[in-house]
Amino acid sequence: MRAAWLALGLVLAGAAAALPFLLSGFRLFQFTQVFVYAIALLGLNVLTGYNGQISLGHGAFYAVGAYAAAVMIDRWGIAYGWTIPAAGLLCFAVGFLFGVPALRLEGLYLALATFALALAVPQILKYFEHWTGGSQGIVLSRPEPPRGLGLTADQWLYYLALGVLAVLFVLARNLLRGRTGRAIVAIRDNPIAARAMGVNSALYKSLTFGVSAAYTGVAGALGALAVAFVAPDAFNVFLSITFLVGIVIGGLASVSGALWGALFIQFVPNWAQDISKAAPWAIYGVFLILFMYAMPRGIAGALGQARARLARPGRQKGGPSWTGDASCSRWS
Amino acid sequence: METFLQQVVSGLATGGIYGSLALALVMIYQATDVVNYAQGEMAMFSTYLAWTLINAGAPYWAAFLATLVIAFAGGLLIERVVIRPVENAPILTIVIVCIGLLVILNSLAGWIYSYIQKPFPSPFPSRPIRIGSIVFGAHDLGAIGVTLVVLLLLYLFFRHTTLGLAMRAAAQNPVSSRLCGIRVGWMLAVGWGLAAAVGAVAGMMVAPIVFLDPNMMAGILIYAFASATLGGFTSPGGAVVGGLVVGVVENLAGTYVTFIGTELKLTTALAVILVVLLVKPSGLFGRAAVRRV
Amino acid sequence: MDRRRFVLALVLILAAAGPALAADMPGVTATEIKIGHTNPYSGNASAYGTIGKVEAAYFRKVNEEGGINGRKITFISYDDAYSPPKTVEMVRRLVEQDQVAFIFQTLGTPTNSAIHRYVNQQKVPHLFVATGATKWGDPKNFPWTMGWQPTYQTEGHIYAQYVLKNVPDPKIGILYQNDDYGKDYLKGFKDGLGDAARKLIVLEQSYEVTDATIDSQIVNLKNSGANVFFNVTTPKFAAQAIKKAHDIGWKPLHLLNNVSSSVGAVLKPAGLDAARGIITTQYLKDPTDPQWKNDPGFKEWLAFMKKYYPEGNTQDGFNVYGYTVAQTLVHVLRQAGNDLSRANIMKQAAAIRDLSLPMLLPGIKINTGPADFYPIEQEQLARFDGERWVLFGQVYDASKK
Repeated sequence: MRAAWLALGLVLAGAAAALPFLLSGFRLFQFTQVFVYAIALLGLNVLTGYNGQISLGHGAFYAVGAYAAAVMIDRWGIAYGWTIPAAGLLCFAVGFLFGVPALRLEGLYLALATFALALAVPQILKYFEHWTGGSQGIVLSRPEPPRGLGLTADQWLYYLALGVLAVLFVLARNLLRGRTGRAIVAIRDNPIAARAMGVNSALYKSLTFGVSAAYTGVAGALGALAVAFVAPDAFNVFLSITFLVGIVIGGLASVSGALWGALFIQFVPNWAQDISKAAPWAIYGVFLILFMYAMPRGIAGALGQARARLARPGRQKGGPSWTGDASCSRWS
Repeated sequence: METFLQQVVSGLATGGIYGSLALALVMIYQATDVVNYAQGEMAMFSTYLAWTLINAGAPYWAAFLATLVIAFAGGLLIERVVIRPVENAPILTIVIVCIGLLVILNSLAGWIYSYIQKPFPSPFPSRPIRIGSIVFGAHDLGAIGVTLVVLLLLYLFFRHTTLGLAMRAAAQNPVSSRLCGIRVGWMLAVGWGLAAAVGAVAGMMVAPIVFLDPNMMAGILIYAFASATLGGFTSPGGAVVGGLVVGVVENLAGTYVTFIGTELKLTTALAVILVVLLVKPSGLFGRAAVRRV
Repeated sequence: MDRRRFVLALVLILAAAGPALAADMPGVTATEIKIGHTNPYSGNASAYGTIGKVEAAYFRKVNEEGGINGRKITFISYDDAYSPPKTVEMVRRLVEQDQVAFIFQTLGTPTNSAIHRYVNQQKVPHLFVATGATKWGDPKNFPWTMGWQPTYQTEGHIYAQYVLKNVPDPKIGILYQNDDYGKDYLKGFKDGLGDAARKLIVLEQSYEVTDATIDSQIVNLKNSGANVFFNVTTPKFAAQAIKKAHDIGWKPLHLLNNVSSSVGAVLKPAGLDAARGIITTQYLKDPTDPQWKNDPGFKEWLAFMKKYYPEGNTQDGFNVYGYTVAQTLVHVLRQAGNDLSRANIMKQAAAIRDLSLPMLLPGIKINTGPADFYPIEQEQLARFDGERWVLFGQVYDASKK
């Protein structure tokens, strides 16, 4: 069984690596966007899915990451390769600092505090016009592929995003599987018991916030490079809500769920508009609701369930209880 | 001084708008433990229904009452049909369903009624009221009055009627309530119906001020969230007070914090709310949730 | 995706890549010309979606009447949700997958900024973009991009000149939307005032699109003692501003940007009495203004709306806008004759001479040239008399300066 999954993984990795030579630039751009969103969703999922801190404001960190990259490239002439880790570090700091006071807030109140952050960031970006170009935004050039590789800009960006995604996925998986991950999940499931076990809840929670923001910031920087443009109004609250939709549809507390969610938020709106130009949002809304009916625990949750049934065909009814979302994470 | 007073008065007027929708949000949260993102769009849609009735020649108050009834039935129906299938799913799943509802209602309203804004009548005199140099609209005053009446009615309903008591019981302890013979599922549905009706009142009070269009409630919903958070999500009165405070604070910040000016008006107001939350994490009038381990 | 469909997709992609290299007129065959377009059909800017729909309706009409030189127009329109990343994606889909001849009327400043370099690198005509920013008329650096409507800066300029000429001791208060559109108007206005701007402007107030009301700003503007009010707001806030200023008894010289000059959608909701005396500039006929009721151009438009876009709202000025832009494009394509190469389409777009169209105001003509990528540069001031806009003064021409 394990070998089969490994083989499937290798095939998928091979397919992902081969895709740039099979698809047009436009399709590559779409998949680059999927990878970028997947990184952002993974970041949000670490915070909301694993640690139980609901954020409605991750668009803000995405914006900070995007602007960090854009300002460094455009104003200071820094090579774009450096801007990606720099955006991650900056967002880690911002996220950690936001996470400290946010410790006092729980559930709904935290969600709405982060929502406020998402509302405020576009305004703040416009205010510091000298750096950010104000409401006009910053136009970038698309990064040139390294010479000698013989790649087009689209292929290069695709590989860059894919590479960053792979590294960050492996890092997240290792982090979440180890001692730290258990502490993070324990805080979500039972904060008092976790504290009793000696978990420094405050530190872990703010660190989780920082890591989560860093992931989303890296995604923002990559997104800015791929689109080659940043503008404050592109990072509105709807972006934050889209991220939330992504992690819930993909599957909370699941590393692979981030990828499923990214595929959903990238492609489903396109299908919706192909069905109806008159009211594409209505179609999208129907998709959302039907998806939630069919898979209340997201795509990763549904797949995990299906897999568990396959593995233990005798226990179809009353099988493992899926109340613990974290158990889905073993898939991926 | 004159500027100050005028800003406070217009802040109260705007804050009344925030408070009325915040009240609907708090209602549904208390009755069902769900923050309904579609609340604003439901209110907007109800207001369009009222507009249709009035345009068809119905007198204002008849249309008003009819809209309340339709909104109540609509809210009930939404809970039974749309929310029911995910009732026992994780809370975020319900949130996503609400977001789905939001985009559907918004898109349908644009499709049916177009995006052209429409004037919506007010039941109050249009002539502004002047006290000294301070001016305020009769409608603004009337709208705050209507919100307070709704608040009072809700208070009486939840305190002194069997149905109200049953709803509170169902929300606080579903299992025991079921044992006492309360039909918990229906109580949730009635909660949605009531919240939809309260939202409809908010919509009909807001529309004469901001005009009727499909995106009418988008901005107001954001402020309603802020108001409910500030007041405390467990306190209907807090939601209304929260709304008024947000309205006034925002106006004063935009006027007097001159080095910031209007460009960071919203940011300033949000920062104030955050600071309040840090001191009182469950809002000004909210109770901290006590959980048994 | 099953394997068969995957292989099919591959074949299609490879097949699609083939003819692009061979043909020098991408998107054009003997019977068809493919036009690409995006605008927001979903999201919070979906009010603009009707522009795409009315344009599609107009091209349907052209096709029914025989097309352009025997070619039918295939109008491919996608939803960009007013999001820059989505616009990049959709425009690339149009150019690389659908192989359109050119891109037409993409809407919004941030969205167009995101594709500006791409379309110019690909040398795809990017015609008549739906935004009033100034940067679309820069043939030296961006020879493939062209605007259409008068720029916001031009309009701001006109108001500034009016104030300087007609108001003896102006004290100006400004309300503007805090985004690219509002800032552009502001810049044009300040440039028009010149060095005096600092002294003459007593207060600037901004608002966000997410604001519920702008009451607070109007109160501040009144208390600043301003006697001129430059109102740079979208319809919803414009109507509120007119009403609120009236309610609190502030009676400045009120300059209202063209964006919100619709009688039906703005002035009527605000109260026709409150709107009396407001000054705006116009270049299109307002479909809700009673003075055009018997105008042949208006009647023609109304008949078109009834027949080809019956679900569209005849109160909506966007439907006049989209109709007139589509007519401009059809003019360019007819002028291009049988050479529908991208280079010639661009060349013809830059060679429009004195084109007048049914829904342009009398006297307003469209002109372009190799160095003039601003099709409409003429506007006229109008004052609201409580019922209709009364045009006054001469047609202002930004190109003659």
